[in-house]
Parts: sequence; structure tokens; C-alpha cells
Amino acid sequence: MPMSGGVPPLGRTVVLNKPDLGPILDRLWQAGYTVIGPTIAQGAIVLDEVRRLDQLPIGWTDEQEGGTYRLKRRADGAYFGYVVGPHSWKKYLFPPQLSLFTLRRTQDSFQVQPNQEPVPRYAFLGARSCDLHAIEIQDRTFLYGPSVDPHYRARREGVFVIAVNCSQAAPTCFCTSMQTGPKAERGFDLALTELPDAFIVEVATPRGADLLAGLPYREATGEELGAAARVVRDTAASMKRRLDTRDLPELLYNNLEHPRWDDVAKRCLSCTNCTMVCPTCFCHGIEDVPDLDGQRAERVRLWDSCFNPAHGYVAGGLVRPDIRSRYRQWLTHKLASWIDQYGVSGCVGCGRCITWCPVGIDITEEVAAIRGSGGHEAVERSGAGASQPEGSR
Amino acid sequence: MTPSDVRLQSFPPDGLPDPFGPEPAVIRAVEPETPGVATFWLELQDAGRQAAYRCEPGQFNMLLVPGVGEVPISISSASGEQPGIGHTIRFVGTVTRVIERLRPGDVLGLRGPYGKGWPLEQARGQDILVVAGGLGLAPLRPVIRMLLARRSEYGRLLLLYGARQPVDLLYHREYAGWEQQGLAMLVTVDRADATWTGRVGVVPTLLGRIDFDPTRTIAFICGPEIMMRFTVYELLARRLAPGRVFLSIERNMQCGVGLCGRCQLGPYFVCKDGPVFAFNRIGRFVNQEHF
Repeated sequence: MPMSGGVPPLGRTVVLNKPDLGPILDRLWQAGYTVIGPTIAQGAIVLDEVRRLDQLPIGWTDEQEGGTYRLKRRADGAYFGYVVGPHSWKKYLFPPQLSLFTLRRTQDSFQVQPNQEPVPRYAFLGARSCDLHAIEIQDRTFLYGPSVDPHYRARREGVFVIAVNCSQAAPTCFCTSMQTGPKAERGFDLALTELPDAFIVEVATPRGADLLAGLPYREATGEELGAAARVVRDTAASMKRRLDTRDLPELLYNNLEHPRWDDVAKRCLSCTNCTMVCPTCFCHGIEDVPDLDGQRAERVRLWDSCFNPAHGYVAGGLVRPDIRSRYRQWLTHKLASWIDQYGVSGCVGCGRCITWCPVGIDITEEVAAIRGSGGHEAVERSGAGASQPEGSR
Repeated sequence: MTPSDVRLQSFPPDGLPDPFGPEPAVIRAVEPETPGVATFWLELQDAGRQAAYRCEPGQFNMLLVPGVGEVPISISSASGEQPGIGHTIRFVGTVTRVIERLRPGDVLGLRGPYGKGWPLEQARGQDILVVAGGLGLAPLRPVIRMLLARRSEYGRLLLLYGARQPVDLLYHREYAGWEQQGLAMLVTVDRADATWTGRVGVVPTLLGRIDFDPTRTIAFICGPEIMMRFTVYELLARRLAPGRVFLSIERNMQCGVGLCGRCQLGPYFVCKDGPVFAFNRIGRFVNQEHF
């Protein structure tokens, strides 16, 4: 049944020709959104402003493994035939460097001048399910905790999201273990599943529906819906990496002196890459940037990492003076104390920390080692999880 | 209605104050305490805000030197004490070394109070054992003042205090007054000098000199981590329940409101869940070296 021309009803799934993503981009920019999406730069698929379809990595894919990332040409012209790169949406909602306010000296005091720079209204194009979960996890830190971060809130509220359901998994992906993908279940306005010659589009919000108004879409047939479901099912089934999450907080809390921490400390460079690429890591510091004349000082918030020795600096010295204690802090926070703090794990299984670790340290292997089993054994044991890709948190 | 709509509508309200924004505070007085340590008495420049300022013993403020940086400093005065909000500061870091050079009339940034303090309500009717080492007496000074102000509501009040050397003993001008009002004190130093006629030894050794009833005693402890660890071992060995032992923990606090992640101790953010914790909540984490 053709529906083209009007506004599609909410909750419907429609079929859109791939090039019609172009007018959607135009409409978002015209509506005042800054559209961020995947594009190629620095030899990787990164996130940046996207104004035209040809800025997307159409026909490209990525090869990822522990400590390895390569771009490669695809045989087809898929728009979204790759997984997540080093960037996550975190850098827009929680910028790596952000001026909070400026202190201006007055005759006998100082004034706090809020940062007046206008906050962009973002539209995220191509957000994957793991990353949508990551955004929800950061919401718990910055919006629903004991205090609200107004800077995060200003960026987060009203973000327009076009999700993409993953049509392939990298060897580093383990979202099925974390029950965060590969199908986007919530947190989007539109969700695309890419078929060879069309997008199957889930319409989740009124503004998502409005965006499609007048475009030549049509209602999806049962066959097309089946094909879209098969895409995510096949992606889930192809996922090799596993993280066994059973009783994980207690496992880690009970093994704070496990010899594996010494072992990983010999490999870890404490370079902070894992925390920079992690879409949920939120640690930061606040620094003063004074003007030369001493009349003004900016208070600037900067991403920090628990791998920086000074992260835990107190007057008496460093709380975590060695790599062993810093890696242990990162892993136990991510997988154990995060759950105590926010009710969810801090890991979404995106695999970035594995790919971008210069020495290929693998969070799933470290956990498996502490659990007292090799990584492969763990794969065998929990292999049944592959048939249940759409678990809800 | 889809989940993403629901989420967007449940955003917290706009127009909340910036949790990182400081208020100007004037230094009213500077009291030298011990070598490298002084107490700075501050008053918010806005008289209305100063009048409304309340804090609990054990809480802390963030003090800011514009252009230099911000540091968490525990509040060493009781609410409403004159001449302002007291902060006993050791000059050890970039920011505190600049504060050292400030004088009455100079202006700092202040935000707070933050954190959860000592459980004075829960302690009502109990014997109170206060154990402090060095600068650890600073966040306990308001406790002592409040206990003495309501002396009849508590049982025995005992302070065990130690410092490296006699010259490092904080607030010694106040000891006689405290004892007069009903606080028993045992003081020790790690190293004596020619003037010292008192006890020599680390703080936990004082525990051997006292009796307490574990069924009606609550302990408040603050000092270097090693001193707190040995004090707790000794108290637990003498049958004091872990839920009756409270510690003030030091961590790197930059935001004060549970956002920056720097002060984590296992599941806790020391800035908002502490800095005062019952030992039964944190024992498994503070006993872990470098955790």
C-alpha cells in the first residue's frame, strides 16, 4: 500500500530508497540541526558534520581486532557497512574540552560569567544500538544522578537520533553479551535497517514521522520486514566475542588481589586510549586557564582518565600509584561498581577499548582469566546466547 | 508514545544553578596554627547568602583561587561560628601555596557545603570516642564543639589525638576549654622535643590506655589512612561493631557533586556518599591497598 506524500503513522515501518537519505539530511540542516554522522578521516571512520550523502563512508568497511583497525573497500555500495570507530557521540554531549564559565576580576571581588556560546542542536545519523545504550548510561551520570550537569543537559535534550541497526559485527563486538544490541530498541526517532537496495525505516516519534513527510516512502511488506529482522539476527549470530556477565560484580570484588592484575599490568601502557574511546567513561577534571593580564580566568572541563596517575592525586600522594591498581580501577568500575552506582553496567560491548588498545588488551579475556577459564572456553560455554540477540536490559 | 518521547519529557528542569559555580567569599581572619598550617575564616560576600549558610560537621567546601585552581577543604567550624566559615589548610599544593599568601580582605571562591558528615543524631546518648591524627582533627573540631554544646545529650566524650611533633598539635589553645567542658583527652606525638613531657607513640597506641564499652560507644576517626587502618583493627578487635566505627576518607575531589569520578572508592563517590562512612560500608575497599 503506497503511503507516499503524507506523514507516516507512528510505530509504522516504511521502505525508503537509499538516496532519499539525502533530502532527510537537507531537512535536518534546514530545521537547524547540526547533523553528525560517520565519515572518513585520519584513516578511520570517525564522527563529524555530514552535509551531503557522499560524505558518508559509502562502499567502505572496517577490519578490527585487538590493537588493529583498517579501512577496506567493500564489494557493494552499502551506506552503513561497518561498525563503530574510535569516536562516540560522547564527544558531542560531553565535549572533551568545555569552557564552563569565566571568572572576571572586579574591584574587590570577581564575577562568574556563564559561557555564552550557543549550544548546537544535534542530529545523530547512524547511531548504533550499543552507542544508544551508552548515551542512556551517561544520562544516568549527568542527568539522573544527585546533581544535574547543565552543560550535558543543554546538549542532550532534543538530540535527534537516526539509528542504524548493525548489518555486521566486528570480531571485537560483544553487544549480545551486554544485551545492548545489535538491534536498536529505543532512544531514537527513526531506525534504519539497510537492505541491498533500500532502507527499512522504523518511525518512532512524531518528529521522526514529520521528517519523512512528502518523501516517496511506502509501507514495508511482510517479506521486507522479515529481511530486516534477518539482518540483525544474522549479525547477532555472527558475533564471536563473549563476556560472561554472571555475578560479575562479586567475581571482581572477590578477586581484587588476583594475579591476573599483575599480568595485565605488564602489558598495559596506561596510555588512556581505552577510556578515551569508551562511550561511557565520564571522568573529568576542571582546570583554570588564566588570561595573561590576570583579569580573567576560564574554568575548563577536560576529559580525564583513571589511567592518569594524577586522577587520584591527594596531598599525601597518589591513591593508585601503579598500573596494576589503575587497570583494576578501570575494570572494576566499568563492570562492577558502575552497577552499584547507576544500576547498569558501564560496558556496552562496543569493543572500542579492544581495538584501540595499542597492545590489544581485551576486556573480555581479562574477565575470563579472572573467572578462571580461558577466553575460548568461555565462548563455548555461553555460545547459546547467540540465538537471543534482542535481550532487553 | 515511544520510549524516546518519554525520555525527552522527563528531562530535569532547566535553570538549575551551575553546580561548578563559586561564590565570592572574603577572608575575615587568618589564624596561624602549626608550621605550614593556618585557619582561614571566610564570609560569603553576599550577606544574605552568608546568613543562610548552614553546614554539618564533617562536610567540606570547594575553595577556588581564580586563575589557579580549586581544592576541597573540610569545614573546621561549627555552623554559625564567628568570625565565619573556618578552613584549616595545610600549604602543600599549587592552590594552597597561593592561599598561604592571602590576607584578610582578600577574596576566594567558595562553593559548598558538600558531602555527608558525622552521624551526630545516631550518636545521641552514646559514649563518643574521637580519634584524630595530625590535620585529621580539622573536620572533627566542629564535632567536638557540637558535642560539648549539647554535653548532657551524650555519655563519655573522649578524644585521642596525635601529631608528628609537639609543634604540629592543632588547636592547642582550645584544649583546656574542651577539657573543662567535659571532654577527656589523651595526646601523643610521634617524636618528642625538649619541651615535651607527654606521651610518645603513634595514635593507635593510645587505645591501649583506655577502656570503652563496645555496646554504647561510637568512634569517629580521621587522619592518615595508615593511622585509621590500625585504629580500626584495634577497635574491632575490642568488639566494637563495624557499624559503630566512622571514618572520614580523603580522595581527589574536583566537582564535589558526584560527577567527575575522581574520588571513587569502589561503589562510592567520596564527595557525595562520604567523606564520612561507617566502616561496615567501606571496610572491604579501604583495606585494599591502592584501591
